[in-house]
Amino acid sequence: MKIGVLALQGAVREHANSLMNCGVEPVEIRYSEQLSEIQGLIIPGGESTTVGKLLIKYKMLEPIAKMGQNGFPIFGTCTGLILLAKEIIGSVQPRLGLMDINVERNAFGRQIASFEQDIPIPELGPEPFHAVFIRAPYITKGGEEVRILARLEEKILFARQKNLLAAAFHPELTKDLRIHQYFIEMCSK
Amino acid sequence: MSDPEIIMNIMNVVTIPVMAKARIGHFVEAQVLEALEIDYIDESEVLTPADDLYHIDKHQFKVPFVCGARNLGEALRRIGEGAAMIRTKGEAGTGDVVEAVRHIRTVNDEIKRAVSASNEELMTIAKELGAPYELVAEVKKLGRLPVVNFAAGGIASPADAALMMQLGCDGIFVGSGIFKSDNPAKRAKAIVEATAHFQDAKLIADVSKGIGTAMRGIHVGSLKEEDKIAKRGW
Repeated sequence: MKIGVLALQGAVREHANSLMNCGVEPVEIRYSEQLSEIQGLIIPGGESTTVGKLLIKYKMLEPIAKMGQNGFPIFGTCTGLILLAKEIIGSVQPRLGLMDINVERNAFGRQIASFEQDIPIPELGPEPFHAVFIRAPYITKGGEEVRILARLEEKILFARQKNLLAAAFHPELTKDLRIHQYFIEMCSK
Repeated sequence: MSDPEIIMNIMNVVTIPVMAKARIGHFVEAQVLEALEIDYIDESEVLTPADDLYHIDKHQFKVPFVCGARNLGEALRRIGEGAAMIRTKGEAGTGDVVEAVRHIRTVNDEIKRAVSASNEELMTIAKELGAPYELVAEVKKLGRLPVVNFAAGGIASPADAALMMQLGCDGIFVGSGIFKSDNPAKRAKAIVEATAHFQDAKLIADVSKGIGTAMRGIHVGSLKEEDKIAKRGW
């Protein structure tokens, strides 16, 4: 199986390494023609305004949005989560707008407020997941079809809507491969 | 360090992370920048050093630091002090990429040497580089620096940016190369695109068209050795 990692900016190498450690071949995606080679797509962390603009410039925003609407598996981390959201609070930046979620950018604060924390994710088993938050967003609310997989108080950190998966934190920065394996499973169905 | 008011104004109008410079060794400037909640601090040789012996003990800060390096030893010393990111020093403000190229090539060559060295050679390499042994061992294991490495100091065109990326940098810093050109917005965009698609010559050709005149450069060869900014820091 081949899974793409959108390679316009951000934590591309880290996601590619995690995929390889799961035995899946990563493909760095820079052009829309490459989208037909893959069975799933990861949109990594980076800077969401920049990535959104580059997606338009390289004519990938619409093709990816269409694929997402047709059931193609997409996993967004941090910036990827922002780009998947229908509603980005206080922003009109470009987005895929696929998930019925409201997202607050830099919701925990600036770089200095970045942190790491073990969070329970029952879907992945009893062991908590060590989550790395860097200038992280969170989901303030999700629609009916959105399944909440992890939260801290009222902040939603990890969610799924059918073929779409979104994490506010960075699973590619830890050795725990459970989230990547979970996504790979979504891609093999 | 710039006037905190200017820094705050910039932080308030953009949604992207903001980096500010502190003088080498000036840990109070760094404390001030951290108090402003700046996103990254560049302990920069572009400003006159505040301490001619020691760099900032960057482990004392929560905000991540980037530091310049001309070679592997300098990079690993800074990482040992707590730098979270490294950049080439290049020669800032010249628009001449030759020094940045020299610095990344030097780092790459020294990494190759560490990678191909046997374990018993590592301590001697660490001694010669003036670098912490543990970090030299880590470089051997990883085959690269243990932190991200940016290109800086003389990048003025989209092709310069792609050149540094093809030489193995993880990203690009551009200052005067953009702001002293005659169409900063266009040039900045073109450099971003060339960085994202650094292996696509056709695309770099396209984005390099009609972006106006580059900054008026200074040939590094015309600078006296003692006048080079890259000499600052140790």
